[in-house]
Amino acid sequence: MSQLLITAAESGENPLIPPIPELVIGLLAFVIVFGFLAKKLLPNINKVLEERREAIEGGIEKAEAAQTEAQSVLEQYKAQLAEARHEAARLRQEAQEQGAVLIAEMRAEGQRQREEIVAAGHAQIDADRKAAASALRQDVGKLATDLAGKLVGESLEDHARQSRVIDRFLDDLEEKAEATR
Amino acid sequence: MSADPTQVLAFETDCHIFDGCGFPAPGLHSFLFKPLWGDGDSNVYFNKTMLLALLGSIIIVGFFWAAFRKPKVVPGKLQMVAEAGYDFIRRGVVYETIGKKEGEKYVPLVVSLFFFIWMMNLWSIVPVAQFPVTSIISYPLVLAVIVYVLWVSLTFKRHGFVGFFKNVTGYDKSLGAVLPLAMTIEFFSNLLVRPFTHAVRLFANMFAGHTLLLLFTIASWYLLNGIGIAYAGVSFIMTIVMTAFELFIQALQAYVFVLLTCTYIQGALAEHH
Repeated sequence: MSQLLITAAESGENPLIPPIPELVIGLLAFVIVFGFLAKKLLPNINKVLEERREAIEGGIEKAEAAQTEAQSVLEQYKAQLAEARHEAARLRQEAQEQGAVLIAEMRAEGQRQREEIVAAGHAQIDADRKAAASALRQDVGKLATDLAGKLVGESLEDHARQSRVIDRFLDDLEEKAEATR
Repeated sequence: MSADPTQVLAFETDCHIFDGCGFPAPGLHSFLFKPLWGDGDSNVYFNKTMLLALLGSIIIVGFFWAAFRKPKVVPGKLQMVAEAGYDFIRRGVVYETIGKKEGEKYVPLVVSLFFFIWMMNLWSIVPVAQFPVTSIISYPLVLAVIVYVLWVSLTFKRHGFVGFFKNVTGYDKSLGAVLPLAMTIEFFSNLLVRPFTHAVRLFANMFAGHTLLLLFTIASWYLLNGIGIAYAGVSFIMTIVMTAFELFIQALQAYVFVLLTCTYIQGALAEHH
């Protein structure tokens, strides 16, 4: 072992003293690597990395655009839907109001017509009753007078008495009619 | 660099414990190689380390060539792995220290540095190669000098001569009486010692790691005799454990080297206050 160390020392080699040829080869070897990488290969890959970055970013941008568009369309639809609902509600409300007005009008009209008919009927009945009453009064007077003339055999001289008798008779009749009603 | 005639790997001898031969401990000679070509004394030669260095750069370039030559927006498996590594250095180291805007320019350098150093470290545990190129001081030194030159020129460009001096010496009036001392220390530590520490940190880690691996590997073989067999087992397990540990250290040291590089660049670009 000591012999080996001595020979190593004798050969004058110090591991910290660089042998010149190896410096040259070392420089050459590194320049080869640096030349290829720096001039060709790394620019190559940088270009592709940039392309990839753009592709990814482009994809993201597209997706974002699609999303915003979808969002706006959705909002549009929602707005339209709300508008339609509002419109429908308004129409329904209007229809209800119109219907109510119509019903009220028709009811008022019916009421009026009914009252008219009722009033006409009443007037007719009154007129008929009056006509009937006067006709009846005449007939009854004539019949009574005839009857009394026949009974008495002569015409009643006393006109005053005659009319008083008839009136009393008629009043009696009316009273009876009242009572039976 | 002359080849050591006594350099023999333990496996090449039949030397075991109790056979009367000493333990062939790893040493400086373990980091010397006979030239594969040329003469070791003439400074014109080619050896295993150089071969590994060149082979390593070809492997890195090959890997990134295969991954990034025709990159796709939707990456394949290889591109994904390479991208992960690239992104780790770009974001995790450069952007984190220098910032995205200023740092972008230095990304290729830092990425190249990281993968180059990692590959050179990785040779340590690649079968047959089994030698970390960065345990020869020349390789870390070249890289450290490149970073140093970049740092000095950047500081000059950014701050001018006086600004450079202030930046390098950490000029700060609030220090008062300590200022001359602090400036002297900073001057030495930044301008003179920095490239040395930057290189030696990597070199020494790889040197020590390789020595440890050698120690346990040689011991596993050397102890393989008689009662020593039990200890050889322990040594072999340690070899495996240390290999795993080295795998971690190799990546860590490459990371530390580029992190320091970024810190230096950041210091050069920073406004002094």
